[in-house]
Amino acid sequence: MNATKFVRVVGPPVVVGAVLIGLWQLLVVGFDIQPYLLPAPSAIWSALLDRVGDIWDAMYVTGTNALIGLAAGAVLGIAMSFVLMRFQTMNELVTPLAIALNAIPIIVLVPVFNNMFSSTTEVPRRLMVTLIVFFIVMVNVAKGLRQVAPIHLELMKSYAANPREILVKTRIPNAVPYLFTALKIAAPGAVITAFVAEYFGGRQNGLGYSITSNAASSRTDAMWAYVMGACVLGLVFYLVSAALEKVTSPQQQVGGIAPGGATS
Amino acid sequence: MSEIRTVAPTPPMPPGTNNVVAVDGASMVFNEGHSNQVDALCDIDLVIRPGEFVSLIGPSGCGKSTLLRLIANLLSPTSGTVLVNGKSAHQARLEQDYGMAFQQSGLFEWRTVEKNIELPLELKGWKKAARRQRSAEMLELVKLSDFAQHMPWQLSGGMQQRVAIARALAAHPALLLMDEPFGALDEMTREHMQAELLRICAAAATTVVFVTHSIPEAVYLSSRVVVMSARPGRITDIIDVPLGGDRGEDTREDDSFYKLITEVREALRGSETGGPSDGSSDGVRGIEDR
Repeated sequence: MNATKFVRVVGPPVVVGAVLIGLWQLLVVGFDIQPYLLPAPSAIWSALLDRVGDIWDAMYVTGTNALIGLAAGAVLGIAMSFVLMRFQTMNELVTPLAIALNAIPIIVLVPVFNNMFSSTTEVPRRLMVTLIVFFIVMVNVAKGLRQVAPIHLELMKSYAANPREILVKTRIPNAVPYLFTALKIAAPGAVITAFVAEYFGGRQNGLGYSITSNAASSRTDAMWAYVMGACVLGLVFYLVSAALEKVTSPQQQVGGIAPGGATS
Repeated sequence: MSEIRTVAPTPPMPPGTNNVVAVDGASMVFNEGHSNQVDALCDIDLVIRPGEFVSLIGPSGCGKSTLLRLIANLLSPTSGTVLVNGKSAHQARLEQDYGMAFQQSGLFEWRTVEKNIELPLELKGWKKAARRQRSAEMLELVKLSDFAQHMPWQLSGGMQQRVAIARALAAHPALLLMDEPFGALDEMTREHMQAELLRICAAAATTVVFVTHSIPEAVYLSSRVVVMSARPGRITDIIDVPLGGDRGEDTREDDSFYKLITEVREALRGSETGGPSDGSSDGVRGIEDR
């Protein structure tokens, strides 16, 4: 992308964003809106500068929860997808269940996890993220392992390939783009889940907690500063997932099964 | 000049010895005993000798692809036997005695062109250097040497099909089985690919069984055209194509080429309107209405 094209693509949204922030500032100052209703962008900015260390710490906590959950969910999901591929009956039992679970807001399980495991650790939150990611990865990768082109199977049969060779040279490579698609869907889901899980109590250290507590004590400028931290964190995960999308060539795009409920 | 012969006309040969393919009384019934039973093939006899190019032609549903899959041992006949290179078709498949190409190229989209051609060699346990050398040779044969490192989706349909043919021939099989390999190509590419196929097969001295529904294609390529009829699939005619070994663009303009096309067309028409007068179309025809 050359410089002119870059300006043409990036310019308009930046200008619109700047205009909107300017209007916001004018609105708050001009109509003398009280800070507890809507703080001015300048107030949010100074609140952000005051707390930049705290916000960074909170981002680190929430981001770590999302990342650990994402990794654990992906590993478990991949492992389970191989089991589903191997056992047809199990696939028929588990896959509809997994899809159904995805359609309900399983985030509400966080208080249950808080009770089951210590709510003074990050375990319940990470478990929640793991669970969300697990189902997305499992369903999609199992689909990739199973839905191999019939012509590829016929060719492998004509080459007298054994089941292990068919798995390694056909099924697994076929499932790779499905895995990337799943991770692309799961990455933003993981950060949102890690964030929302903090609304249900537990340790008082993450972005979610900081936003609710600042909101409760009417420190709206600080609340908005933490919201900006949340935006940055979401953006990082989004960029990573977009990079993952680039890894899979455009010819290998496959439709993934998106999560439902609170994570979508 | 070329006489029409009726069913089971293969010249007398000692059974099994020198034949690349020997199909003897093969029948294929799908869903046997169920309400959706299909008699795909009925009592097929076919002998193919080394170096022959045999086309299977017939209306859709005549079982020509099924017959090809019996030879490939991708399916097993309900009754009868299929021998390839004097061995059971099963044994021949395990020993990779044949190469196969389909209507879709079926390239593995995560492998480069080169790696696609090497796949059958990999499964045969060839060493890397030998594989690399053979795939380079094959790419030269199909004139795609510049595309070794390309991914399949970067190639046109005709080029993908050439890669598929190179892959089918990579292990130098004595027998090449092709199921409408040019069916998805446009007419220009198709004629070009036909000429290429003849050149490649002559260079590699390969015996070919070729399924098609195009009469000119069958006549242009084949030394014999096997005409089949549908429900149940059976061989109604085998027509010799004495156009010689050196066929080019002129062949398509030749009078004898047109005569043979007419001959095959009439044989096909005969096969659709109840078959030749061998009285074989009894009873089983009831399946038509399903």
